[in-house]
Amino acid sequence: MGELNFKYDVLKNDFTCAGEASGKIKRTLKDLGFDSNLIRNVAIAVYEGEINMVIHAEGGVITCDISPECITVTLDDKGPGIPDVDLAMQEGFSTAPDNVRQLGFGAGMGLPNIKKYTDDMVIETQVGVGTKITLKFLVK
Amino acid sequence: MKVKELTEILEGSVIYGEDFLEREVFTACGSDMMSDVLAYVKEQAVLLTGLVNPQVVRTAEMMDMKCIVFVRGKKPDIAMIDLAQEREIPLIGTNMEMFTACGKLYAAGLRGGSGR
Repeated sequence: MGELNFKYDVLKNDFTCAGEASGKIKRTLKDLGFDSNLIRNVAIAVYEGEINMVIHAEGGVITCDISPECITVTLDDKGPGIPDVDLAMQEGFSTAPDNVRQLGFGAGMGLPNIKKYTDDMVIETQVGVGTKITLKFLVK
Repeated sequence: MKVKELTEILEGSVIYGEDFLEREVFTACGSDMMSDVLAYVKEQAVLLTGLVNPQVVRTAEMMDMKCIVFVRGKKPDIAMIDLAQEREIPLIGTNMEMFTACGKLYAAGLRGGSGR
């Protein structure tokens, strides 16, 4: 198997469709025969990231690169950026509005959850410009 | 525990998924907060929730959950049922409150996950 690349657009405030991209990545990995635990880790992390993009950003792009050794996902949004990444990484810290909490999110678990399910997470962010999160999942 | 058995214990009704009643669930999770559900992986789990929106079905999908139970008589809308159908996740409805529903299933032998 060589390298495979996928790209998905995520729209701002589209809660109904939030999870479409992560669902597609999940089904693609399943079709390719990856281990089910690995697939679930990717699905959960990307889903949390996708929800974050819908809640906080003006939409963005998710890319997924699949190789036999590693699955790399980037979540690249245009948005407010994260002023204090260490604070955002703390469990329970959230800036999500009330309407998001009513949907079952905004508990301040998004970024900590993403980190928990990935082998490597890099956050590049600029206030007023956007945030790019790169996630790596090693194929063991 | 089979989906069929948990439906009987909860005096529930099948909203979608008559074909999946023989499916086995090993663990359970009761929450209205999807972020908390996503924080702890459970094997072959059933999700009990009072929340009704498409993200409930999506969360269950990402977590490989086997069944969703809506407590307190909550009813999913047609878009949620369609999504559950696409993802082959049975939906059960019960009038029991969350605490009672979880307690009945616990008493019948179902347990939470590892808590990791």
